[in-house]
Amino acid sequence: MNTIKKHFWNEYQKEIANDNYYYERSCIRQSFFPGSETAFLKILRDELGKKIIDDQHQHTCTGIGYHSDIVQFDTTMTICARLFSLMSDNELKNFVPSCVTSFGVFTEVVETWNQFPEELEKTRKFLREATGREFKIPENIAHPSDIIYKYRKELKQKMKYQLVNHKTGKPLRVVEHTGCHYGKIFSHHAVGGAEFPQVLAGMIEEWGGEVIDYPERRHCCGFGFRQYLVMANRGYSVANTKKKFESMEEYKPDFVLTNCPGCTMFMDRWQYTIAEMEGKTYDDNGMGIPVLTYEELAGLLLGYNPWDLGLQVHQVQSESLLDKIGIAYDPADKFIGKSGKFIGIPEKPEILKVDYDG
Amino acid sequence: MKNWGFKISKPRVLDFDTANLDAYNRLIEKVPSAHRCLMCGACTATCTANLHTTFNFRNCHLMFRRGQFEGLAEELDKCMLCGKCKLVCPRGVNTRAIIYNLRIVLSDLNYKKIEL
Repeated sequence: MNTIKKHFWNEYQKEIANDNYYYERSCIRQSFFPGSETAFLKILRDELGKKIIDDQHQHTCTGIGYHSDIVQFDTTMTICARLFSLMSDNELKNFVPSCVTSFGVFTEVVETWNQFPEELEKTRKFLREATGREFKIPENIAHPSDIIYKYRKELKQKMKYQLVNHKTGKPLRVVEHTGCHYGKIFSHHAVGGAEFPQVLAGMIEEWGGEVIDYPERRHCCGFGFRQYLVMANRGYSVANTKKKFESMEEYKPDFVLTNCPGCTMFMDRWQYTIAEMEGKTYDDNGMGIPVLTYEELAGLLLGYNPWDLGLQVHQVQSESLLDKIGIAYDPADKFIGKSGKFIGIPEKPEILKVDYDG
Repeated sequence: MKNWGFKISKPRVLDFDTANLDAYNRLIEKVPSAHRCLMCGACTATCTANLHTTFNFRNCHLMFRRGQFEGLAEELDKCMLCGKCKLVCPRGVNTRAIIYNLRIVLSDLNYKKIEL
């Protein structure tokens, strides 16, 4: 990179704390992608040797309710303040929310406090009256994908696999999709800003893959809260996903990488819905395009068991991708849970092909 | 195919690959005041046909300007050409003449043969 480019690119960087994180889990990720958060904690602790607290007293940030207009902003600020007070209890200053919407909510709350100090005082009063607690504003708020991005080179040294087709030697072609609440609310809180989000693209390129630049790359996945939560509006939600898949289809992506719970969920599950509604899938084999979280991808390349990462609970099955990378897996273990018990096989979709008999 | 209780919404984005934008120029030749329309919707608010049908002049004009003709001829058929919309237009647009000429242009484009 030449000097001028470096100079301008610096404006698109953000500060990401080095160590000592307070982890705030997502409300929905543990049910939709149950291995992702565990994989992130394992990567940080075991691979990178960082300190990260996974607090049992934590709770929602209200993000879903807030963006659905059923929770007031005053309430959201107070609940976020309680989470910050839990972080202060653990004598930590670096806040790491697992969910992109939580990340957006926390940055919005802190930005509000910075611009309107009277709101901060009001929130302190509300929290004191409701819980008797005090809190400090985090010195650093980073999304987990920021941290994986920051340490992508260190992780590469430990990886057993690369994003390369092990039969042809060609880089895998990857669609990256960053959640809207990551960089489109406050662009200076995103690596690459809103214009050039680099957080996932940086991982893909570092780990050997090729990023696909397709026309609807920056389009919303379709979750959008209001569009999905009311059934009558779901047509708008799925229409957004369809638009993205139609746009990426001709580039023949090997998989989609996301950093937001909603995006992963909807780009994965809507493929099934579109297939059932219109008989259409967006790959050559009728099996859909796998959608992974960045933790699942990092875990896979580090050599973790795909079934421990929870890939079997995705709608679009990932075996084709594992075969391309050359990752070994045991099909017999697919529906055996961590406890060693059989967890059941999902019902087989009518149109979207899967490689199990449900 | 399953019924999910909702359908996939069609995109409302103007597709320049399929939009016929030349037809609007033909309308402007006939009714130059069409240029002055700012889509305020006063015409639709006062429209008698709009009280009893789905007819919406503002929407028809907008769709034609964008080159989107599907279903437009059927909608224009609902107008009685009474001209009340022309009386309330704050920009002096000859709305009645627009509807009359839209029918002719669409008919020429074979969207629907209309008895005039």
